[in-house]
Amino acid sequence: MKYLKAFGAFWYDFIIGDDWHVAALVVAGLGLTAILTHAAKANVWWLLPIFVFVALGWSLHRVTAKKE
Amino acid sequence: MNALPLILTVFIACVVEAVEALTIVLAAGLTREWKSTFQGGAVALVVLAVITAAVGPSITYLPLTALRVAVGALLLIFGLQWLRKAVLRATGYKGLHDEASAYLREVAAAEAAAKESRRGVNDWYAFTLAFKGVLLEGLEVVFIVVTFGANQKNVGAAAIGAAAAIVVVTVAGIALKAPLTKVPENWMKFAVGVMLASFGTFWGAEGAGVTWPGHDAALLVIIPVVAAVCFGYVFWLNSRKTAVTVSAKESEVVGS
Repeated sequence: MKYLKAFGAFWYDFIIGDDWHVAALVVAGLGLTAILTHAAKANVWWLLPIFVFVALGWSLHRVTAKKE
Repeated sequence: MNALPLILTVFIACVVEAVEALTIVLAAGLTREWKSTFQGGAVALVVLAVITAAVGPSITYLPLTALRVAVGALLLIFGLQWLRKAVLRATGYKGLHDEASAYLREVAAAEAAAKESRRGVNDWYAFTLAFKGVLLEGLEVVFIVVTFGANQKNVGAAAIGAAAAIVVVTVAGIALKAPLTKVPENWMKFAVGVMLASFGTFWGAEGAGVTWPGHDAALLVIIPVVAAVCFGYVFWLNSRKTAVTVSAKESEVVGS
């Protein structure tokens, strides 16, 4: 069990890193893009970049606001 | 798509990882014992080869759409991690990654640790230090090679980029017998973060079903836009930092 936990923690740290909100926003952006593309037949190529920039900006704001 | 951007992206990313691994291997070898250090590095390379052999072919069996969504998401998350650190370092919110001080920290820890033989290895500390260093940095190399290579259906070109990076850094390390402190690691990380996030955005959105205006040529716009936004964040954080410092000084003057 200890090794399993350590294994999980390693991969979490390797992939998700310091801020899980970034990963959550990326997944949400991809999900919403897929839904709008397939369900609404809208070519929303601009949507994912917005999610990406917001995720990075929000994460930077959170970590720097704590330090000020 | 031409293989050159793929090879260059993988090369730069792998140089960064190889420099970090070299720092750890040098610290273990020069302060402890080379034989155990090489054993640790060699075992790590075998583990990496097994992981690559297991994950590499299986990922190429995924349908292209699923592969692009999965790889796009992973590259984006990974790339944004790198960009976040690079922006924080560029604005002074996080200490610059300095190979010289990282080397000195590893050397101090290696000198303080007791020598212990275990499982046929003369110096267990040197072995585990080299093993962990090569495995962790190598995993990132494998991740980049497999994801970029599988998506471009050109794992060979990605592997060439990675192998060239490892050879260049290893030769430089052997020649200098010192950590490669002159490599502008933070800016290289910034560049790689931009590439990972750009390719991740492109492939992820394509996998989700969108058609990019201009198809593959859209990458020529996405990459500079991502870089410009990141520089914008550097500028924003720097100006915010200055504003906070000025207002703190003003309140000190008012208070005194």
